[in-house]
Amino acid sequence: MEKHITLPLTEELAKSLHAGDTVYLTGTIYTSRDAGHKRMCEALARGEELPFDPKDATIYYVGPTPAKPGQVIGSAGPTTSGRMDAYAPTMMSVGARGMIGKGARLPEVVDAMKKFSGVYFGAIGGAGALLAKCIKECELIAFEDLGAEALRKLYVEEMPLVVIIDSEGNNLYESGRKAYLQARDAK
Amino acid sequence: MREIQVSAITDVVEKLCIEANNHLPGDVKCALESCRACEDGEIAKGVLDKIIENYNIADAENVPICQDTGMACVFLEIGQDVHLVGGDLREAVDEGVRRGYDKGYLRKSVVGDPVRRGNTGDNTPAMLYTEIVPGENVKITVGPKGFGSENMSAIRMFKPSAGLQGIKDFILETVENAGPNPCPPMVVGVGIGGTFDKAALLAKKALMRPLDSHHPDPFYAELEDEMLEKVNALGIGPQGFGGRTTAIGLNIETLPTHIAGMPCAININCHVTRHKSEVL
Repeated sequence: MEKHITLPLTEELAKSLHAGDTVYLTGTIYTSRDAGHKRMCEALARGEELPFDPKDATIYYVGPTPAKPGQVIGSAGPTTSGRMDAYAPTMMSVGARGMIGKGARLPEVVDAMKKFSGVYFGAIGGAGALLAKCIKECELIAFEDLGAEALRKLYVEEMPLVVIIDSEGNNLYESGRKAYLQARDAK
Repeated sequence: MREIQVSAITDVVEKLCIEANNHLPGDVKCALESCRACEDGEIAKGVLDKIIENYNIADAENVPICQDTGMACVFLEIGQDVHLVGGDLREAVDEGVRRGYDKGYLRKSVVGDPVRRGNTGDNTPAMLYTEIVPGENVKITVGPKGFGSENMSAIRMFKPSAGLQGIKDFILETVENAGPNPCPPMVVGVGIGGTFDKAALLAKKALMRPLDSHHPDPFYAELEDEMLEKVNALGIGPQGFGGRTTAIGLNIETLPTHIAGMPCAININCHVTRHKSEVL
């Protein structure tokens, strides 16, 4: 099913999305990878606030290339999400419901998604030039020393995504492959 | 003996870093387009359409195809009748990488220490391989390697009794284990034989070989076709969403090995399988 959605990712919106949906996403998202997640989770453990309001927020696992003159951002496709599995349940526990990345997640992450109504969106890995086109604004908000891994606030329009794991734990990596194999073997 | 200034190597490495990252090789584009034509699922077709649109944007706008512009793997085939003058070769190659990643607005993804981390800030050092060959030319190849796929690679030291079946099972096991993580459709590079280290290098070199080429030995050429078909029968599909196209190519490189062993390394690459060469 094809859906055009606007952030923030409220609980109601999250629950309306299902694994396999094609989604065109518009709104504000935040970028972070391994090093940024580590710092944010350490800050939370110390009782400090995050550099952005995590309520109903969506985090894009990306480390873009530097912007050329005239560009909003450089190429900006997803990185492998599994490296953020250690941090994702903590981020969801403070309200950051949406995750954009690629690749498999651990059962602990899926359990947290079911508990906090999280959604895991897939962006096309390796399509950095195409995805950069949807990013209309980019502002560095924290961790500048991390370079490509710094925390950025992005405004995206009609970003093409697929729901990989929904808030009920349904997983396109399992269902999509199974459906393909069943259809093939039925021929 | 022909003299070549190392500064000429710096210039070529700089240029190849940028070109390899912005322009996908023709054989890889061709493979992606023919796989798109054979795919039937809506999600799988949509993914391949966007992958094709993506490299067309990168070509037209001269921007990186993927934000992981990789570690710069640099291969030098140096003619034995060449005398390299004017400086240190390793420094000349690193300077080329430094300039290319700066001028090309490429991402700096290298940490100076594997455990203590810390970005080097200029994507150096290059992963440099030199080989002495006959002649008086220097062939330079730059293959930027992303780590989403590098992380899904594997090596195993087989007993010879494992035989061909052992190799076949290992290839399928490695691709299955990689699943959606290396941004499928992937390219599978297989190195069989040599020593532990040589097998890994063969697997990397297999990724540099055009996807429409075959191993010169018909035994391995047939094995390449058979294993590509078996990999694609797994159904992982583009981005792991299910479909026909799990891999767009599978290349095997081989070397003689020891009576006691059969090393096999599998280097996984994504659909952004980049490399560019030039001869000085």
